Amino acid sequence: MTTIPVKQTNPDHGDAVESDNHEIHGDFRLFGLATFLVADGMTFAGFFAAYLTFKAVNPLPAGAVYELELPLPILNTILLLVSSATFHRAGQALHSGAMQRCRRWLLITAALGLAFLVSQMVEYFTLPFGLADNLYASTFYAATGFHGLHVTLGALMILIVWWQARSNGGRINSSNAFPLEAAELYWHFVDGIWVILFVILYLL
Amino acid sequence: MTIALQPETGTERPPRLQPTGWLRYFSFSVDHKVIGLQYLVCGFLFYLIGGALAGAIRTELASPVADFMPRDVYNQVLTLHGTVMIFLWIVPVVNGAFGNYLIPFYVGARDMAFPRLNAVAFWLIPPAGLLLISSYFLTGAAQSGWTAYPPLSITTPATGQIIWILSVLLLGGSSIFGGINFIATILKLRRPGLKLMQLPMYCWAMLGTSILVVLSTPVLAGTLVLLSFDIVAHTGFFNPTLGGNVVVYQHLFWFYSHPAVYIMVLPAFGLVSEILPVHARKPLFGYTTMVYSIMAIVGLGLIVWAHHMFTSGTPPWMRLFFTIATAFIAVPTGIKFFNWLATLWGGRISLNSAMLFSCGFIVNFVLGGITGVALAQVPFDIHVHDTYFVVAHFHYIVFGGSVFVIFASIYHWYPKFTGRMLNEHLGRLHFALTFIGFNLCFGPQHWLGLNGMPRRVAEYDPQFTLINQISSVGALLMAISTLPFLWNVIQSAFAGQRAGDNPWNALTPEWLTSSPPPVENWVGEAPLVEEPYGFGIPAEAFDLAAASGRDLWSSGK
Amino acid sequence: MLLVLGGMWVGQNINLLPVDASVNAPIYDELFQVLFTIGTVLFVGIVGLLVFSLIRFRRRSDQIGDGIAIEGNLPLEIFWTAVPAVVVLFVGLYSYDIYDRMGGMVPLAHDHMDGAHEERVWGGISSGSVQAGEIGNALPIDVTAMQFAFLFHYPDGDIISGELHVPAGRPITLRMEAKDVIHAFWVPEFRLKQDVIPGQPTQLSFTPTRPGRYPIVCAELCGPYHGGMRSTVVVEEQDAWDAWFSSNAKTDAANT
Repeated sequence: MTTIPVKQTNPDHGDAVESDNHEIHGDFRLFGLATFLVADGMTFAGFFAAYLTFKAVNPLPAGAVYELELPLPILNTILLLVSSATFHRAGQALHSGAMQRCRRWLLITAALGLAFLVSQMVEYFTLPFGLADNLYASTFYAATGFHGLHVTLGALMILIVWWQARSNGGRINSSNAFPLEAAELYWHFVDGIWVILFVILYLL
Repeated sequence: MTIALQPETGTERPPRLQPTGWLRYFSFSVDHKVIGLQYLVCGFLFYLIGGALAGAIRTELASPVADFMPRDVYNQVLTLHGTVMIFLWIVPVVNGAFGNYLIPFYVGARDMAFPRLNAVAFWLIPPAGLLLISSYFLTGAAQSGWTAYPPLSITTPATGQIIWILSVLLLGGSSIFGGINFIATILKLRRPGLKLMQLPMYCWAMLGTSILVVLSTPVLAGTLVLLSFDIVAHTGFFNPTLGGNVVVYQHLFWFYSHPAVYIMVLPAFGLVSEILPVHARKPLFGYTTMVYSIMAIVGLGLIVWAHHMFTSGTPPWMRLFFTIATAFIAVPTGIKFFNWLATLWGGRISLNSAMLFSCGFIVNFVLGGITGVALAQVPFDIHVHDTYFVVAHFHYIVFGGSVFVIFASIYHWYPKFTGRMLNEHLGRLHFALTFIGFNLCFGPQHWLGLNGMPRRVAEYDPQFTLINQISSVGALLMAISTLPFLWNVIQSAFAGQRAGDNPWNALTPEWLTSSPPPVENWVGEAPLVEEPYGFGIPAEAFDLAAASGRDLWSSGK
Repeated sequence: MLLVLGGMWVGQNINLLPVDASVNAPIYDELFQVLFTIGTVLFVGIVGLLVFSLIRFRRRSDQIGDGIAIEGNLPLEIFWTAVPAVVVLFVGLYSYDIYDRMGGMVPLAHDHMDGAHEERVWGGISSGSVQAGEIGNALPIDVTAMQFAFLFHYPDGDIISGELHVPAGRPITLRMEAKDVIHAFWVPEFRLKQDVIPGQPTQLSFTPTRPGRYPIVCAELCGPYHGGMRSTVVVEEQDAWDAWFSSNAKTDAANT
């Protein structure tokens, strides 16, 4: 917290923008988004802390069922990691001006995200426990459900970006890349949370 | 998510679509000054409501039996009192009101980093507050205290508790959006050439506070979501009959709610650091150590939460760790207090209302801090935990601390807000009534707690009657003290003495423009203030004959 | 110097606490005196300095200039960082010592509970006298807290009582559990408090010393009648307690 760099001048304020602070910079909004994601991450941290504490101190009563299978979550992990890579390719394509390629990668990313959601739903319906069955089950659903909500929002954002990146009338292009960059940062965040979630909920 | 991205579209404001004149205070204005005053006035209205609730509590406690209102209503009232005062008065005012008004000036900007987000953050507050208060009339409000400990919060009537959770979630969201905005504004929107270590102290306080907000508020939000699942979906996170663990709620809750105390107090520290140098005509003493102590308080504030849980069955090692960590917060806090005293030492102090309230804050907060260090000691806390001693300590921190500073700040910045001075005589009357009433109300409560009166009770052992009545008289004085203040701010707005642009001859950037300031804050370029506290004449030129030997020692000669 | 002496006098001579009625209460009072002394010295010192500054350096009508321009003084700032740090460290270590003498660091006695109570004890306070050697002598009592009463069950005599009767001088071990919501068991005269938590049994050990009747207070908001949730602990001499115990014990339980 104390490592905030003491800067002579702010790099985001080149001399060109001397007096007009209303001009919004891409970095600047990304910074705000990143701060928000830190806050969002703390929500997950709270869930994870609760889960780990429950695991440590509250043994399940006899007869309670809490078993997780690994294959589907591993598939989910791969889906999300690949989708991070494809989103990155979309970003690269946008910066090199290849809009068609960018849109194709976006569509692939969104498809991977939706595939993740479907796979997660399949897992939910095949699990031997329900939301209110026991403590671990409830925490599992709360954490994965909250994450799934993030993926759903992310997939919607990708589709909006995809629509806005269309060649006729779209607002996103290589000179206005912020929406895509923001969605990308968010998507990487959601993937990162999933990896932590996967380790804590499925592997530990 | 989409809300965080919203400001991207709103860069230029079409001035004609925004109402002008007084109507703009009721609009979705994106002007940080308008938003700041919206926070201030809205917060003050909720303060009056919270104060009325406090009055109801003190009326009930004037007699040892529960005769003034039904017992469940009493629990609703104390829950609302706590929630309103914390989430609708102190947090929005010390952060939202003064932060929004002052921070853009201090960093040399024309507005906050995300003006739209800023307006959204404010406009979450009135609906959330009205929702909370309407729950009392519609279904009965929550009855489980502002801490909402399960299983009590799960077993009391569900509707009131759910409404409480909803409104706290909204207010938490508002707080997080505000925090993001402040961090971005302070770090990214500084005027070129303005270094971090040249910022006025309030910026540092708000930076530290916003870091706390961003790191801890989401944990509360997540916890309350889980609690609402317990109530609505009958999950068992915190429900022992379903295998849940009630103490985990307390950990998660205090992970937010202890930092929440710093969220209420750190901005107050910052505001006092602005007020004292101006009225003492001296530079702020020890700027660098002040900055480090703020950051130390932020760091330590995040790792002391379990000192609220010494009687909850926490293991001994945890008690020891949290005792030591908590007690060490006294060190950076102490630095700040000694620095303020040194700021006053050798000054030319104007004993006006702003100064008096600031000094009242120092007196009250020192007492609250001393009882705080005592409370951090496990054996001490085991006796007085959840008693009126804690009530007294807490009010010395948040009322004697934060609210006194809010009043000091209003006296200090009112000329900036309106261009007119507040009446000094009424201000001093306000101070005298508040200070006496406050100490009369909460001072004796220390004794009550030590001698066996638990908190949150509607009825108590008759041996405590006299002291409780003294306390209620103090509360009445505090209620009366609001009247001269209200008259003063309303009357002065129309007929107050004209202030001029800079009545205090202050050096911080908000005074280097007209009062009230233009929409764009400065006509022309923002001033570059490298020494916000550059008051005073150099020590060499000072008349040494007038100074005592102690002066020489403290000036380092 | 005068300040320190005055503070010590205040700490020694002003008693704000109720009577002490358990072994750890005098230890607690010792800590309270120390904290009260330090607190008084600090408070009077700081407020004195503040009031002195306000009077001595107040702006007089003929003064229009500024004060002296002192931006800071590093040695002085280090000095007043170091002094509170030392004081706080001292207070922390001292209260740790007090806590140790009160028995707070003694492991909870759940291993020694009889067969019926092998359930996990989640936390609590093993107070002063309940040292390993004396634990066999301790009187076990089950406490059940519910909205809005305490129930005391003596496993030895199978007595159920609404008042807590304890013999002076004998260690007592309370095993506490709540039926519905969180309560807290507090006896101000014992200077002891422990939350009574549903689903998480806690334990509280103490040794009463001074015969008398003292209030038991619920200290955790537990519902509308929270303020009325009180009971009484009756500390009696051993003989009086024996008489009470045998007159209330279920005969068959007492014989077996």
